[in-house]
Amino acid sequence: MKLPPITNGFEIVYKKPDTLTDTPMHYCPGCGHGVVHRVLMEVVDEMKIQDKTIGVAPVGCSVFAYNYMNVDMQEAAHGRATAVATGIKRVLPDRFVFTYQGDGDLAAIGTGETVHTVNRGENILIVFINNGVYGMTGGQMAPTTLLGMKTTTSPYGREAASAGFPLKITNLITQLPGALYVTRQAVHEPNAVRRLKKAVRLAFEYQLLKKGTCFIEVVSNCPSGWKMTPQESNKWMEENMFPMYPLGDLKVPSQTMN
Amino acid sequence: MIRGKVVIAQDICKGCELCITSCPQESLGLSDKINIKGYRFVELVKDNCTGCVNCALVCPDAAITVYRQRKEVFKANQNMKKAV
Repeated sequence: MKLPPITNGFEIVYKKPDTLTDTPMHYCPGCGHGVVHRVLMEVVDEMKIQDKTIGVAPVGCSVFAYNYMNVDMQEAAHGRATAVATGIKRVLPDRFVFTYQGDGDLAAIGTGETVHTVNRGENILIVFINNGVYGMTGGQMAPTTLLGMKTTTSPYGREAASAGFPLKITNLITQLPGALYVTRQAVHEPNAVRRLKKAVRLAFEYQLLKKGTCFIEVVSNCPSGWKMTPQESNKWMEENMFPMYPLGDLKVPSQTMN
Repeated sequence: MIRGKVVIAQDICKGCELCITSCPQESLGLSDKINIKGYRFVELVKDNCTGCVNCALVCPDAAITVYRQRKEVFKANQNMKKAV
């Protein structure tokens, strides 16, 4: 993107990170994916680790993540991103490896891979975008869908009797000894984005410790899947998603090292 | 007040309006025109931007670049005003 010249005492305080490509993102208007992509790449840019970072793209809305992030990327089979990342990290232990997965990928088809990767304590960063639906295929019910939430496959709202309860996979993973840093963040407001950036930065730095897996859940919106405008979806998320998925750190390294 | 300005990449903007609601100065608004993708894009409607970066932080498409006046320039301007 060509920027206008800086004039009469102005300086750039914020611009798109160089590690993000100029390809326009295919995400729906207001989708949280773009913010998380940008935050990840900002941290890579700040730490100057562009040539040492390897990302693993999932299947889902963010399947084209490799088009937007200007780092080495690998596409994985549905749900198997953490398994692929394990292989990459073991072959190239000096690289920063992260996976970027949605809730249908990580919490449904990839539950086994995720739980075992964290249990083995692989030194990777798992970024988990939780928006409660399968966004790419048209808003079907996911394991993380809230009770009573209407989706295309649960038109009367999710019922616990037939579809079970929402899966809090982040809380599940916190129990595992291999998890080093587990946190839940959001991207609905500027301060939440700032907190997410701090968490991502910490998680990348913790990879150098080689003490375990870092796991960042980002509670996000899905305006198209939820059939709302971006503003409504953010408000709905604050009112309904956050009581179920409260934000904050679930596990920090000081607890695990003692 | 320190002055800022935002430059919005109009062809990338999808008009999700998240920046409009996050702007504390209410200086952003939707344009009447549409861009190459058919979305109404966001533009600066009031000249009271302070360069707080809130809009750029919530922009999912990284379409916003924020400029802010340098502190020394701001102070020099203040002193000039006082002298006058």
